[in-house]
Amino acid sequence: MTDTAYPRQWRRPPTMIRDPRLRWALYAGALVYLVLAVGTVEVNWLRVWEGLDRGWRFVLGFLQPDFTSRWRDISQGLVESLTMTMTATVAGVIISVPIGIGAARNLAPRPIYYLCRAIIALSRSLQEIIIAILLVAMFGFGPFAGFLTLTFATIGFLSKLLAEDIEDIDEAQAEAIRATGASWGQLVNYAVQPQVMPRLIGLVLYRFDINFRESAVIGIVGAGGIGATLNTAIDRYEYDSAGAVLLIVIAIVMAAEYSSSHIRKWVQ
Amino acid sequence: MLTVDALTKTYKTGDKALRSVSFTVPKGQVVGLIGPSGAGKSTLIRCVNRLVEPSEGRVLLNDLDITALPAAGLRRARRRIGMIFQEYALVERLTVMENVLSGRLGYVGFWRSFLRRFGGDDIANAFRLLDRVGLMAHADKRADALSGGQRQRVGIARALAQDPELLLVDEPTASLDPKTSRQIMRLIVEICDERGLPAIINIHDVVLAQQFAQRIIGLKAGEVVFDGPPTALDESVLTRIYGEEDWTAMRRASEEDDAAERDAAERMAGMV
Repeated sequence: MTDTAYPRQWRRPPTMIRDPRLRWALYAGALVYLVLAVGTVEVNWLRVWEGLDRGWRFVLGFLQPDFTSRWRDISQGLVESLTMTMTATVAGVIISVPIGIGAARNLAPRPIYYLCRAIIALSRSLQEIIIAILLVAMFGFGPFAGFLTLTFATIGFLSKLLAEDIEDIDEAQAEAIRATGASWGQLVNYAVQPQVMPRLIGLVLYRFDINFRESAVIGIVGAGGIGATLNTAIDRYEYDSAGAVLLIVIAIVMAAEYSSSHIRKWVQ
Repeated sequence: MLTVDALTKTYKTGDKALRSVSFTVPKGQVVGLIGPSGAGKSTLIRCVNRLVEPSEGRVLLNDLDITALPAAGLRRARRRIGMIFQEYALVERLTVMENVLSGRLGYVGFWRSFLRRFGGDDIANAFRLLDRVGLMAHADKRADALSGGQRQRVGIARALAQDPELLLVDEPTASLDPKTSRQIMRLIVEICDERGLPAIINIHDVVLAQQFAQRIIGLKAGEVVFDGPPTALDESVLTRIYGEEDWTAMRRASEEDDAAERDAAERMAGMV
């Protein structure tokens, strides 16, 4: 054993910005920007004061939700929303599986890959509410516009995540199937599908509850469903009925979340 | 019979993986392909069934020029070439039986394979092969429920289900313990012997290669630097392939492995 004097102190070297002066300048700059940005926000404290009162009534409505007096509207909205969610999820899955496969670099030829990526980009770049406004203008008020909106949004979401999952598969398994002389369809069925299926099922369930939540939002711009009921209730200052609607939405989303985590464990 | 003629592979990056490799494997011969990592062993066997597209040269399987085939013809040719992989490459979430039957994919149509409705002959043959590799009882288990040695046996059964005229074997023992490695190598060699199958076995364990192959081809930087019987593989040849190393020590360590295996086998026999 030799007695080399090893250093007894060690610090992690800065990884991103090596120059300490530049680093501190950036920190200071960020702080100054934050202060200035907050300063430009105009707050009308009088209106906040008035709003508090309305907010308090809203909270009271939550505490004493009224399920009964508008039950017909609520139940009709719920059924509409659930129908919209279910049909849009199913239609979305049917359309997005082929697009997802086409958008996977390791399965699709270049032109098809770019086409499918373009469809995904288009679907993802438009927010649900904007699509809903457009489709309500085209197809009129009601759940059909809502169904189309959610289907369109589902395609972007599912195809993109499915394509990324396919690109991440274990290539060795695909290579082994290719080596048997399998055709392209057989390769997808035997090497890709078993690897991505559990995650695809998880994503579909996740999208189902996103679609339900979104159905409440797009209802506000006229696409039918529970959102329309909620909007009407708020317009009429019936905060107790609005509270009931929100509680039901929360309960359904929680139930979907709970059951989907169970199903996901089971399909592993 | 397999003929590899002046095979050259240059990757897009400019790396020359193979430089004009030529050899012929007659029916029933088991060839051990050895060489250091990066010598092009893996590329070479993948060029035979064109999982990797060769840049120049030809590969002939019983007078059929595989390198000249269009896509559909290539799929038909691949059915005749069984392949066994490093790390098994089974489809983990499919059952053992589905994995074995996937060896028939080149012979059945899409819908038949999609609905898993394989013909009676295919199914009987798959069971026969599972019985041959000693996994009859595991047919309905998922592939990821098996141990390493068992998985490689499934891999062997899958390759044989193709009813191949040639076996390509890529590092079959890379992730197995010494005892299981010997069992797997023994099984592969026995099966090649039973069926008169030619095989190219890519293997980095020189001792194992010498023990089981009838002929050794040594590859270094994409070139054949040795081609001969295992007995001719002496220290000077190994140095030519791999560079300077203490070969005697390696042999001795491997003999100890062998002795330990025999010892364990005797003790097991004593217990029964």
